[in-house]
Amino acid sequence: MEYLIQLFFSFLATASLCVIFNAPVKAIPYCGLVGAVGWMIYYIALESQLTEVIASFLGAFVVAVCAQMYARRLKTPMIVFIVSGIIPLVPGGLAYNTMRYFVEQNYMLGLETGIRAFLISGAIAMGIVFSEVIFQLSLKFMKKSLTSMQSFIRNKRRQ
Amino acid sequence: MGYEKNEKNDDLALDCLLLAGQIMMESGAETYRVEDTMLRMARSQNLDAQSYVTPTGIILSLGEQQKTKIISISNRITDLHKIAKVNNVSRKLTLKIITLEEAYDELSLIQKTNYFLPIWLQILMSAVSSACFMILFRGAWFDMPAAFLAGGAGYLALLLIQHLSKVKFFSEFFASFVAALVAYVAVRFGYGNELDKIIISGVMPLVPGILITNAVRDLMAGHLTAGIAKGTEAFLTAFAIGSGVAVVVAFH
Repeated sequence: MEYLIQLFFSFLATASLCVIFNAPVKAIPYCGLVGAVGWMIYYIALESQLTEVIASFLGAFVVAVCAQMYARRLKTPMIVFIVSGIIPLVPGGLAYNTMRYFVEQNYMLGLETGIRAFLISGAIAMGIVFSEVIFQLSLKFMKKSLTSMQSFIRNKRRQ
Repeated sequence: MGYEKNEKNDDLALDCLLLAGQIMMESGAETYRVEDTMLRMARSQNLDAQSYVTPTGIILSLGEQQKTKIISISNRITDLHKIAKVNNVSRKLTLKIITLEEAYDELSLIQKTNYFLPIWLQILMSAVSSACFMILFRGAWFDMPAAFLAGGAGYLALLLIQHLSKVKFFSEFFASFVAALVAYVAVRFGYGNELDKIIISGVMPLVPGILITNAVRDLMAGHLTAGIAKGTEAFLTAFAIGSGVAVVVAFH
């Protein structure tokens, strides 16, 4: 039940933020889906005792994989799906707490929280870049095997 | 005669490429994608172009003996629809479905048109997303209306101040200030319990998530200047939001 609630609200939150970022109307449901999938991965990873940095990395990785797939299918730039997909993962709460600790003159705690926020946003970006590179490499590999297969078939026909 | 015509064509190509780059950059695309799109369009026209793209300006040259043009970019917002549209035009141009003239006309139309949905819908959606984040951050159901109000009020303030003054920092500061104030008032009068979570949910629509990720992706792609510039912009936005909230928290 808890998972269903999280799934529903992450979908709704992402889809409604897409309206603010003015995503193409046709793509908005897919953006919501990408965001929901990313958040669920993050949530499950946190539930299974992984650290928040690794959970963010995994979430962003899956978001980017989904974004690549939808970008290809809907012929829309990948950034549309990535921007909306990572919004639930962005450490807004930590950034807020950092500022709040500084205002309360609790500098050590503020620095600690700030570094955590920095690491998490780094992990999100790393997740996206990793998945992009792996996806492109695998696509290249698949294309190569496809073309070699085609040439193989062509050669056979010639014989 | 033939030479003249060729020169005219080059001028048009230069304008067309720069316009595409400008629209994409102003709508918040990644720097490497802007450069890639421009060079791809140039290659489809058999031009050997070189470009230098930063978040504040684009330099494009068509080669050693040809003209070079600079265009400056003053304001950057997030408008994914325009990025998708320009991408579409560039795809059609590279596949030779449309000519350079048609592409230029389409691009000027895209630049002029406002693709944003009505403002009331944007504010409503901002409020809805804030309410949803309340649940995602493991808040109580009881605090949802307060987060709803805070998110809507914050975004309304952002649009209002952006309309009045063009200083981005100030509008973001004021927006997060309003969101935090609404949250504070709601807690004060017993319509909410956890002030922290309501404020965080309320400022989520303002958080510069796109800037942070784009900055790191540009850095990874080798666009060091653009990456650092965007990172600075993201830091400034985060600082504005944080100090807006801090004013309210300090009084509390």
